[in-house]
Amino acid sequence: MKLLSRYSAFGLARRALTGARWQRAWRAASPRGSYDVVVVGGGGHGLATAYYLAARHGIRSVAVLERGYLGSGNVGRNTTIVRSNYLLPGNTEFFEHSLKLWEGLSHELNFNVMLSQRGQLVLAHNPVQLDVLARKGNTMRLNGIDAELMQRADVERFLPFLDYSRECRFPIYGGLLQRRAGTARHDAVAWGYARAADRLGVDIIENCEVTGFLRAGERITGVETTRGRIGAGRTAVSVAGHSSHVMSLLGMRLPVESHLLQAFVTEPIKPFLDCVISFGAELFYVSQSDKGGMVFGGHIDGFNSYTQRGQFPKVQTVAECAVALIPSMSRLRLLRHWAGIQDMTPDGSPLIGRTPFRDLYLNGGWCYQGFKATPAAGWCLAHTIATEQEHPLIRHLALDRFERGNGSDEYGLGLRTWVQ
Amino acid sequence: MLRIPCPHCGERDYTEFRYGGDAGRTRPAHGSQSVRAWHDHVFLFANPKGAHREYWQHVHGCRQWLVLERDTATGSVGRASLARPPGVP
Repeated sequence: MKLLSRYSAFGLARRALTGARWQRAWRAASPRGSYDVVVVGGGGHGLATAYYLAARHGIRSVAVLERGYLGSGNVGRNTTIVRSNYLLPGNTEFFEHSLKLWEGLSHELNFNVMLSQRGQLVLAHNPVQLDVLARKGNTMRLNGIDAELMQRADVERFLPFLDYSRECRFPIYGGLLQRRAGTARHDAVAWGYARAADRLGVDIIENCEVTGFLRAGERITGVETTRGRIGAGRTAVSVAGHSSHVMSLLGMRLPVESHLLQAFVTEPIKPFLDCVISFGAELFYVSQSDKGGMVFGGHIDGFNSYTQRGQFPKVQTVAECAVALIPSMSRLRLLRHWAGIQDMTPDGSPLIGRTPFRDLYLNGGWCYQGFKATPAAGWCLAHTIATEQEHPLIRHLALDRFERGNGSDEYGLGLRTWVQ
Repeated sequence: MLRIPCPHCGERDYTEFRYGGDAGRTRPAHGSQSVRAWHDHVFLFANPKGAHREYWQHVHGCRQWLVLERDTATGSVGRASLARPPGVP
């Protein structure tokens, strides 16, 4: 097994001059009979878990099983925003840990994830919203996280092209800016983790669907797959929108419904928007990609579905939000839009940690926030698997929190948005 | 566009309806003291990839609650019937 060389400026120049071919970024591994840890799901979270198991905990007998190809799920379908402006205890620390990992990720992985800390501005459209943002900003600053409260005049200087007119439906009162927030190249995150994990000996097995679990009583000892039976000391399920589907193989129901979440890209235009904006009057978030397209998204469509096909009314809603916020976007044409399968929980927070089965771990239910959580989710799950001790940062996200009445409702953005 | 064949009003866009979730769940008996049963009813979802029976209320139409058969894997829609058939209190 020949491990791959590191990427470097020298290597780039050498290949440019000699025309030498690039190696594959990761081996096309075939499944072995058993591993210390099997991670089900080759998305960002699964690959990050495998990488941190190998890199931080020295567990290198690890397989990542992916049903399709790497990056074919939500990690390749999101609006690429990373930030750590959270209010609730537990969430604040978790997402800040994630953002700190993002800041060092390109160096750690030897792969450019194109993190762009262009800042994220959350807008307030009434005085109460601004008070809430002030409280959130204070919470962040008390936790050592950067946050700047902006009044209307500050926002107007910062982003002069928003709608500040008298006729505006949702007048802007101010906002909360996190300058360290921004965007990252979503595919590169999957590829970077895959490549780095592969260099440490992790087997990444694509086109391998899990069809069942191997059990010895209440202990999980491996998985049945379309490429044969694979034994596992420990198994982690990290399959986002298919969490319910995979766990139903064990007869288990989860506090999760799979919904459609759409994202949109317009035709490319010249550099125009140099930060991420979150509208405060509806769920709407927008940034401009490096290619120039305006990238934006909104709420889930509102009923459970695995089709990955979005419904038209949501296209209309987000377009209305875009124009209400940035009138000059009205003449842009949508280039494409797509839907991901979003694993929604009742309180809008994820489920990560142990399951009722021994040696089986679950990571899912990330709702709108899976991408930004990728490094920390992998970090904390790897810690939990390797040490059998729940990582302190994910204690509030345990699977049994609803039984204990400990829901963690940061936004009121769970699976029934209209009843919260 | 998801279109729902309302037995009263005919086929309409889903935006006229409010989604009410899985119709296969049974509520614990009134006065049930079992926290586990209530937890399972309120918080756990079958969330199948495939055939699903679900409640929709035609809020911008006849205001009736319907049960729709829909396939969550393909998006195809089957029959819709009244959640409470006529004559049943």
